[in-house]
Amino acid sequence: MKSNNLYQYLLLLGDHSMILGHRLSELCGHGPSLETDIALTNISLDLFGQVRSYFQYAAKLAGGDATENTIAYLRTERKYLSSTILEQENRDFAHVIVRQFLFDVYHRLLLEELQNSKDDQIAAIATKSLKEVKYHLRFSTSWMNRLGAGTEESNQRMQVALDYLLPMAHELVTASDIETAMKDEEIAPDLNVLAIEYWTQVKAVIQESNLKYPEFKDRVVRGKQGIHSEHMGRLLSEFQYMQRAYPNMQW
Amino acid sequence: MTVKSLEQQFQERIDAGERIEAKDWMPEKYRKTHIRQISQHAHSEIVGMLPEGNWITRAPSLRRKVGLLAKVQDEAGHGLYLYSAAETLGISRDELFDQLHTGKAKYSSIFNYPTLSWADIGAIGWLVDGAAIINQVMLTRTSYGPYARAMVRICKEESFHQRQGYEIMLGLSQGSPEQKEMAQDALNRFWWPSLMMFGPRDEESPNTEQSVKWKIKRKTNDELRQEFVDITVPQAEILGLTIPDPDLKWNEERGHYDFGEIDWDEFWQVVKGNGPCNKERLGARVKAWDDGAWVREAAIAYSDRRSRSQGDEASRNQDVSAAI
Repeated sequence: MKSNNLYQYLLLLGDHSMILGHRLSELCGHGPSLETDIALTNISLDLFGQVRSYFQYAAKLAGGDATENTIAYLRTERKYLSSTILEQENRDFAHVIVRQFLFDVYHRLLLEELQNSKDDQIAAIATKSLKEVKYHLRFSTSWMNRLGAGTEESNQRMQVALDYLLPMAHELVTASDIETAMKDEEIAPDLNVLAIEYWTQVKAVIQESNLKYPEFKDRVVRGKQGIHSEHMGRLLSEFQYMQRAYPNMQW
Repeated sequence: MTVKSLEQQFQERIDAGERIEAKDWMPEKYRKTHIRQISQHAHSEIVGMLPEGNWITRAPSLRRKVGLLAKVQDEAGHGLYLYSAAETLGISRDELFDQLHTGKAKYSSIFNYPTLSWADIGAIGWLVDGAAIINQVMLTRTSYGPYARAMVRICKEESFHQRQGYEIMLGLSQGSPEQKEMAQDALNRFWWPSLMMFGPRDEESPNTEQSVKWKIKRKTNDELRQEFVDITVPQAEILGLTIPDPDLKWNEERGHYDFGEIDWDEFWQVVKGNGPCNKERLGARVKAWDDGAWVREAAIAYSDRRSRSQGDEASRNQDVSAAI
């Protein structure tokens, strides 16, 4: 049971990086400038590097024929454990930046804690990933500032994105059963504690970016339980296409 | 000193193998030819991101997804160096984009063909990057310094891409019957367009003579095309794939492969904008540019306001570079 929880936790960690990484990969070649195109692709590449580390470890735990690819590609939608905010579409660059920022703040805080995980492999992956994620956060924060305080249009677009996405962000810092079990085993941090720092940092950047903290109620989102938005099915049908159409082949 | 003698001196420098640098005197036609060629090359890198980008979201494994993402990102990087090289000749990146978006500037026609299967990603790496390298290795010795130096770096990455593409094809050709069929189909569709990448036949290439004289080109289109065929045919044999040309055969006397005639009607159709994907490729670039307008405007407004409030030009520069 212990190792099943650990396995599920690795899926959760990997899925977070993978689903966001996939959304970013859709933008490759379509960014607002060459420089941002390159930067977003870099972030996507970093996230997929993390995915491979988590899933290779998970495959080892699962044993048998499991590989990073069977884990990444061959689950049904209900078995993916990423937070709902991450699968949201790239409606415009404002949505891309706000989604990234809300994740990056969480991701950095999480990895800082996971460096001290009782699980040595997770700690090692966290230490390596933290360097990358600090850069991601610097990138997304600077764009929050720039677009929030840029022009009237950019401010409005950012506000629309924030009003839409922020009500889903609480899921990132609300523990699922798996995360609670991992906290009890000192493998994962206490998300209740992490949440305090999360909201402090998020609010500070919203304020310094001339944006308004939305008056909202948290939306009911259950991605970490595998209950996703309608976007997820389409995302996965594209993501899984080759593995489904040509099963059991080497690429 | 007359203009004529300046031109003579310039030609003497080129003949002596000297590099021309941005601040050196150069004939207006040399400058314009370079802007045209370097920007076409830059546009090709940027438009070339699209057919391969078409498979990033459907790559068949994590390793392949990362490999393809990194490759397409490299192409964006090549676009950046090349636009910078063109800017040394006194034109801005915005003007160059405008030429692309209005259809005034060309890009490599190969990218107007669709990518219909995963094997096309292998075929593009193998054939298209392979053909590009043959052109580009020559360009590392071109007379204009900034262009030549950009090409040195680009060539290193392109040869990695070419190996990666060939490795995809090798895996497919040794895989299941469906995979092998997919690989053959990709070769069938990309072979002739790859040969077209070297441009019209020498007798129909109006720019070649002057370009050779200025060492912009060191070999003619037909020479480069022959080089590509000679290198690629044995590679196809290793893959166990058939090149779709019944006239292809080794010519002992010439020491080269003979090959069939390119469909020049198709070549000119695609050049003139009537290829399978010309509209979509240009449309995607224009859309990315238009959709990004508010982002670029906001970044400039933000840095201007900051530099005004701090009264410090350095902060603007810092901010603009942070934005990228």
